[in-house]
Amino acid sequence: MMELPSSLAAHDGAVSDKNTRGQWGDALFGMVARLAGWSLLAVMAGIILVLVWGGRQAFLAFGPAFLTSTAWNPISHHFGAATSIFGTLVTTAVALVFAVPFAFGVAFWLVEMAPPALARFIETAVQLLAAVPSIIFGMWGFFIVVPFMAHHVEPAATHYLGHVPGIGLLFRGAPYGTGLLTGGIILAIMVTPFICSVMTDVFVSIPAVLKESAFGLGATRWEVMRQVVLPWSRQAVMGGIMLGTGRALGETMAVTFVIGNSNRLGWSLFAPGNTIASLIALEFPESAAGSLKLSALLALGAILMVISFVTLACSRIFLQRGAVN
Amino acid sequence: MSVQKTLPEAGRGWQRGGAQAMRRRLVERLVSMLCNIATVIVLFVLFSILWTLVTRGAAGLSLNTFLHSTGAPGSGGGLANAIAGSCEQTGLAALIGTPVGMMTGIYLSEFGQDGRVVQLVRFVSDMLLSVPSILVGLFIYLIVVEPAGHFSGMAGTLSLAVLFIPIVVRTTEDMLRLVPRAMREAAYALGAPGWRVILGVCLRAARGGIMTGILLALARISGETAPLLFTSLGNLNWSTSLGAPMASLPVTIYQYAGSAYDDWVQMAWTGALLITVAVLATNILARWWLTRNGSAQ
Repeated sequence: MMELPSSLAAHDGAVSDKNTRGQWGDALFGMVARLAGWSLLAVMAGIILVLVWGGRQAFLAFGPAFLTSTAWNPISHHFGAATSIFGTLVTTAVALVFAVPFAFGVAFWLVEMAPPALARFIETAVQLLAAVPSIIFGMWGFFIVVPFMAHHVEPAATHYLGHVPGIGLLFRGAPYGTGLLTGGIILAIMVTPFICSVMTDVFVSIPAVLKESAFGLGATRWEVMRQVVLPWSRQAVMGGIMLGTGRALGETMAVTFVIGNSNRLGWSLFAPGNTIASLIALEFPESAAGSLKLSALLALGAILMVISFVTLACSRIFLQRGAVN
Repeated sequence: MSVQKTLPEAGRGWQRGGAQAMRRRLVERLVSMLCNIATVIVLFVLFSILWTLVTRGAAGLSLNTFLHSTGAPGSGGGLANAIAGSCEQTGLAALIGTPVGMMTGIYLSEFGQDGRVVQLVRFVSDMLLSVPSILVGLFIYLIVVEPAGHFSGMAGTLSLAVLFIPIVVRTTEDMLRLVPRAMREAAYALGAPGWRVILGVCLRAARGGIMTGILLALARISGETAPLLFTSLGNLNWSTSLGAPMASLPVTIYQYAGSAYDDWVQMAWTGALLITVAVLATNILARWWLTRNGSAQ
């Protein structure tokens, strides 16, 4: 910055020459910048088109029934998406059930209750949890969480919740440790920092006068949160949750380790299952190029793309509107 | 539910011993307690992961790990090829991704006259930021690996670059927006052409924040596994050729962790420790950098 005036002054003699060079430079620079920006559009369009194109063989072979069929049989060449879509949605739902309260609790604590010296430290720690590679969550989940679930959590859940009418169905079955519930819990741990970070940002950004007037009227911290902060930031919070949902839907490695990998559809959360991403990761190496199986996997990829695209687009709309508020 | 109606009564009632005041105090304490518990649990999870990695990973850590390539079970191999492959692919992805990402960031922040297109690029960049990484792997597989007929380090590099770019785009744009208007105007007033104002003034003013973005992006892609499974595949031998399958730390961890051999599982833990330490250290460095040089002024 400091040498800019002097270097410009050096050209002072040739104003017209400099101007033409400036125009050429600007034109070139604009072209490079536009090219870079448009290349992202090309990548996005490429991902969608290439996946749909790759999956055309499966879409053509099975038609709309691909979405509802629970088959996954490489020997008889019958493939369906229903089980893995079900697994993806169930693990994501389980993840949100755990992640949203935790993310809210931590964000509320960070914004309202944490001693300032501690808050920065804890916030960094939560962000670091988001930075841990997903394969590490997978290994930790497989070697630490799965045995813990098998020996403690799942038997206890069956004992206490298994006989409750309605939801009891979810908690019956052999406690393998691996399965949809464990997958969901690992996902919850992974997305909590994302949701928490969005919540912290919006909770901090509320105009202080709104909160102060509520506190001035004698409201407790919880009442301020529930009746002032949350209504004010509802959209952005929803956006944060959707962002976490998007992450959970496509998460691969962590889930692959703990999901149990079985093509099964059932009510029990303890049963092993699969998700779109885990199925692709596991079956892809065993699919020959050009085979119907590979095409079915690519078709699953296209379906996952559509689901995450819609979720992420919603998240963005919510976050933008929230920011305007 | 309306604030105006309930709160004045609440204010007077706080010191009272009445049932309503009691209930409010109880709810407040309960919520505080739950929030504290939630925070402690989240921290405990982070601690548990780090503790597991250190206790299980450190046992296999030796000079051997860095000097020898991966080998058959029982042969006492190391992780040298995986570490080298990870460094090569991540580094090259950053080399490709940084200029593209920065130029796109500049496009988003400085070329507002393009209107709708800029908005679309911003939207797409945000989507790419969270697109499942496994789909990026499939995409590169179909456009690079399948036509070429073999897996390659180059394909792995490209898939990592696709994940790298949107992070740099986001930080570059955000940081350029923080550059004070007066600074641009001063540069224009001196007669600098637009591109020099952007590159020489704005980008320089924003370099602290952009550097942070690049470091965070590096940390993110160095732990990615899913896209590499279908692109660079992994390689048991030492190979630095971009035209051949290339080993990487995350893929090696994935293959070893699921194996039945104790020494491979041990090696997976060691690799996991290495990569986590590298990723977390980069993250901490990036955050420290941001607090140091992050402000645009």
